[in-house]
Amino acid sequence: MIADRPSVVIVDDHELFRAGVRAELEELVDVRGAAGTVEDAVAAILDAEPDVVLLDVHMPGGGGVQVIRAVADRRPAQRFLALSVSDAAEDVIAIIRAGARGYVTKSISARELADAIDRVRGGDAVFSPRLAGFVLDAFHGEIPESEIDPELDQLTAREREVLRLIARGYLYKEIALRLNISPKTVEAHVGAVLRKLQLSSRHELSRWAVERRLVDD
Amino acid sequence: MTAAQQPLRRDTSRGWVAGVFAGLGARLGVDPLILRVGFVVVAVATGGVALLGYLVAWAAIPATEDQPAPLARLARIRRVRGDWRIALGVVLLTLSCLLAFRQLGLWWSDAIVWPLVAAAFGAVLLWGRSRPDAADREADAPAAASKPPVAPTAAAPQEPTEAPTSRIGDLYRGVFGILLVVGAGLLFLSSNHVFGGLRDAALTTVVVVVALALILAPFLWRLGRNLASERAERIRSQERAELAAHLHDSVLQTLALMQKRADDPREVAALARRQERELRDWLAGDGRRTTDDRFAASLRRAAEEIEDVHRVAIDVVMVGDCPLDERSEALLGAVREALVNAAKHAGDAGAIRVYAEVDENEIELFVRDRGPGFDLARVPLDRQGVRESIIGRMERAGGSAEIRSVPHGGTEVGLTVPRMAPEREGGAA
Repeated sequence: MIADRPSVVIVDDHELFRAGVRAELEELVDVRGAAGTVEDAVAAILDAEPDVVLLDVHMPGGGGVQVIRAVADRRPAQRFLALSVSDAAEDVIAIIRAGARGYVTKSISARELADAIDRVRGGDAVFSPRLAGFVLDAFHGEIPESEIDPELDQLTAREREVLRLIARGYLYKEIALRLNISPKTVEAHVGAVLRKLQLSSRHELSRWAVERRLVDD
Repeated sequence: MTAAQQPLRRDTSRGWVAGVFAGLGARLGVDPLILRVGFVVVAVATGGVALLGYLVAWAAIPATEDQPAPLARLARIRRVRGDWRIALGVVLLTLSCLLAFRQLGLWWSDAIVWPLVAAAFGAVLLWGRSRPDAADREADAPAAASKPPVAPTAAAPQEPTEAPTSRIGDLYRGVFGILLVVGAGLLFLSSNHVFGGLRDAALTTVVVVVALALILAPFLWRLGRNLASERAERIRSQERAELAAHLHDSVLQTLALMQKRADDPREVAALARRQERELRDWLAGDGRRTTDDRFAASLRRAAEEIEDVHRVAIDVVMVGDCPLDERSEALLGAVREALVNAAKHAGDAGAIRVYAEVDENEIELFVRDRGPGFDLARVPLDRQGVRESIIGRMERAGGSAEIRSVPHGGTEVGLTVPRMAPEREGGAA
């Protein structure tokens, strides 16, 4: 299905899980390395220079956010896809705001995961239905007119529509069919939402980020 | 002046006694002889108290050779614990207080000086025993402070080997402390010539009571502390037992069940899913359970029940929340029906997705499955499920239901119901 396979480094402190993902993905992607700690992960990423890093959110000694930060200086274009058992809003929002281009839960099937990896490699964002729900929730409440940065603090009607369909379980191509737009346009909308998610100063997002000590004091 | 740059050292090679004045003279650039003569004069004038100052100087100032001061050396011997140093410090403090009072004229009799000093020393030694071990270790830490920062972990294994020595040290210190306090009491009494006098019997009693209090209080205190720490330990072990019991009743049981049913993937998946849900709820605390009168929590619970009964996976995504009322209850009923329907017809085709969004005006809800899909027009009339339980129920609640069936894309049931007007708006309308 995927002509030239994307190269991947798997970062997860759970060895059993690492081995499982590796076995599942072997056919679909080129697994260049795996690591179980922040330090090993940084070394492995700089060494293997993969297209995409599969990143666990929780790890002893810092977790995924630390890995993204440590790599950012030396490989600014490195793409990360977060993969976690956690479905807590603060975890999801924190790793996305740190720079991950997507978030999927560990129960995802191998084919879906390979598909998500390929999309992240291409520079697109990967939103699970749950992440879409969080984003809608975070951008839901009213904020004072004067504080709104229309560029970053609000979603357009179309972006909302796309997110809603993702939350309802539609695939990108199904969304495109439903809204009568091209899949590329769907991807552009999701990319715009990702940018807002990372840069917006909306109160809800900042609160989640602070809870995970993402913001330097 | 290069001499002034050097730290103060005792010069034992040129000193008469311990080299204190030789060192001090070199440091200040003054002939030590002048200092010595001055000191003798002061010592005589103060009735010998200044000699103590000399002792302190000897103990605290290191000698010229690269040796630590006697005090520091004393502290370095493991057997001599921090309590001795503290006791010594308290004695010096007591002495300086007494001296200050004497200078200020608030003075009763020189006879109380040595009893007080001895009592203070003994009391501190006894009180030191009553401290928990952790504090003891802390007091010793400065002596070992020159170690690199790995000390906390590296030091831990050494503790047991130290224990016997410190046990003997404790005993030694305790006996010594009691002797000091008793001796101080006797000294005080004898110096006041009250052994024969009946009229001072009251004073005798007071002194005895004070001495007893000084001796016994630390033991009582320690007893109290031990009881408290025992209680804390009991609570901790209770918590551990509860955690173990919970894991045993839930996770281990489920794992055993899964091994037995290993040949039925659907059953195994359902078991794993239910266990995951329970564990998440348990880890999250009681928060998610106590909000049963809210729409989001009720929807989640309904989905969980259907998951259990029909052995399917249901993912719920919620945006917003509202209290349960007639309309949202009706919506819940319709959702249940839609979920059961999806479970029956599309249970094998991946997870069923529920998305609900609550805003100011309405609740919107979608149930999506990836089953083979069905055509509403061809549903037999006797199948009450869809027509009555979903569409009829929603219409009676003032809402609507739409069933969209996409060949190869599964089925989506869309339910919408307007929110009931909140009571506070009743007056304005």
